[in-house]
Amino acid sequence: MWSYTFRRVLMTIPTLLLVITVCYLMLHATPGGPFDGERKLSAAVLANLQAKYHLDLPLWQQYLYYLKSLLSGDLGASFRYADWSVNDLVIKALPVSLSIGGGSLLISIVLGVGLGIIAALRQNSLVDYLVMLIGNIGSAFPSFVIGPVLIMVFAIWLKWLPAGGWDDFQLGYMILPMTLLTFINISTIGRVMRGSLIEVLSSNFIRTARAKGLGLSTIVFRHALKPALMPVVSVIGPLAISSITAAVVTESVFSLPGIGKLIVNGAANRDYTLVLGLVVLVTVVAVLLNLLVDLAYALLDPKIRY
Amino acid sequence: MFKMKQSSLADALSANLAAAPVQGRSPWRDARERFLRNKAAVISLILLVLITLACVFGPFFLPHTYEDTDWDAMSLAPTLQNWHLFGTDELGRDLLVRCLIGGRISLMVGFLATLTSVLLGIVWGATAGFLGGKVDSLMMRFVDMMYAVPYLLIAILMVTLLGRDFYLVVLTITVFSWMDMARVVRGQTLSIKSKEYIEAARAIGVSTTSIIFSHVVPNLLGIVVIYTTVTVPGVILTESVLSFLGLGVQEPMTSWGVLIQDGCGVMESTPWILLFPAALLSITLYCANYIGDGMRDALDPKDR
Repeated sequence: MWSYTFRRVLMTIPTLLLVITVCYLMLHATPGGPFDGERKLSAAVLANLQAKYHLDLPLWQQYLYYLKSLLSGDLGASFRYADWSVNDLVIKALPVSLSIGGGSLLISIVLGVGLGIIAALRQNSLVDYLVMLIGNIGSAFPSFVIGPVLIMVFAIWLKWLPAGGWDDFQLGYMILPMTLLTFINISTIGRVMRGSLIEVLSSNFIRTARAKGLGLSTIVFRHALKPALMPVVSVIGPLAISSITAAVVTESVFSLPGIGKLIVNGAANRDYTLVLGLVVLVTVVAVLLNLLVDLAYALLDPKIRY
Repeated sequence: MFKMKQSSLADALSANLAAAPVQGRSPWRDARERFLRNKAAVISLILLVLITLACVFGPFFLPHTYEDTDWDAMSLAPTLQNWHLFGTDELGRDLLVRCLIGGRISLMVGFLATLTSVLLGIVWGATAGFLGGKVDSLMMRFVDMMYAVPYLLIAILMVTLLGRDFYLVVLTITVFSWMDMARVVRGQTLSIKSKEYIEAARAIGVSTTSIIFSHVVPNLLGIVVIYTTVTVPGVILTESVLSFLGLGVQEPMTSWGVLIQDGCGVMESTPWILLFPAALLSITLYCANYIGDGMRDALDPKDR
């Protein structure tokens, strides 16, 4: 286990380096420098500025400086919002994204596993059809279609909830975005949980447990649940990545001031450094999440020994 | 007596065999029959073909163009008058034509990006599978790395830096859509390489080229076709997400994602501007998904 953990942790480094390097080089390949404003700067000022940001050095030295500042947790300065560093913007936006994205991921794991279990135990019941329906809708309809439909129904016709926006973590503004993300996640988790539990329940050791005369709840919770959860754990990694995508769209649909909105706005304003900083940050988070899921998988499944 | 009867039966049988050689059933014909039996997949295919035809040829038969503004008919509800069947948007542009033109872009990006990513995936996967060893594990490690990357964000960065050209959108989508195909093709290549029928063909002296073309390629083709149809909806979806976020094609040119974004802004007063493109995109994705499922069932009967 320890040597696997060590190797798995080591493997994240090339991934991170690849993404950072490619993004950095792309940034450098684009024409135009940060100080090509409408007002021409005098040569002396320009030279000073370039020296301050190490722009007068050869590319590989600039790159090393960039890596060094990344290691110390500094994502750089924003092109457009003068006076703001990327870190300042992130600190304001991250709690919004984390509470919406992380919160709905937790809720959907609990709800999805629960619904999946009920659907597997009572096939062709109402819950079963519900899980299948959510799975079908979630896999075919894009989030930016489901989101507006939610707004139309609950904000415009029923007038129960605000159509979008954000007011300091007030619950009313969080319900619709979290509903959307939870719905999308449940569509995967519920389906996978249902399928894997049905498969496990038809295996030999469950038949033995039944033959011993164990009750249904003991069979499900003590014997069947753990092996049935393995496929669910393995989809949580990809799901976390696609949650990031869905969160970008969700924040755009409901105009939430989170990381996703920041990235989209940065892209629209061509705020290169902001987008680069945010991409690096989110990539680190995504790679770490994947690492955690893989390690959890190795810990849970005794069959896997690398 | 009995003996004679038997031999005459054998004669008749052999005569019969000589007269009508047994019709072989190609696996492709089997697959086609299985696909045609799948009602949902056939209906989806017909719908998708109709939508594609409407997008390609429809705009020629309509009296409006996608960028003309009708100053007397802004934000018009769907009506028969003046052929505004889907109504008009807040600038007085005919929504039906815009939906069809947008569909052209969405489907064209979907088609092109699927083609490029499928080709890239096949070449990558087949190379890794054939070469094996260190090269294989290195190439597949790279695929693993690509999976761990939050692709939409890198796509946003690419579009921000490189511009919002049509072909750049195709390129951006390609970069993040080829990995599934590469994995599948590599796995299939590896398993075909060690199959008994390949060994048998070698043993009876079939040449390598003929082994590749009559045994390896046909067995690879089924899975390639399956994963191509599975790639299509994902690619169309990615294009729509990009253009929904304002990073795809630029006004006045449009695509379904752009139209949905436009519709979101005005859904309180004129909901049809949102509903029509959203419905078109959803139907297309739904059909593409069903066709993919039908293909999988038809071409891979073992895998149910």
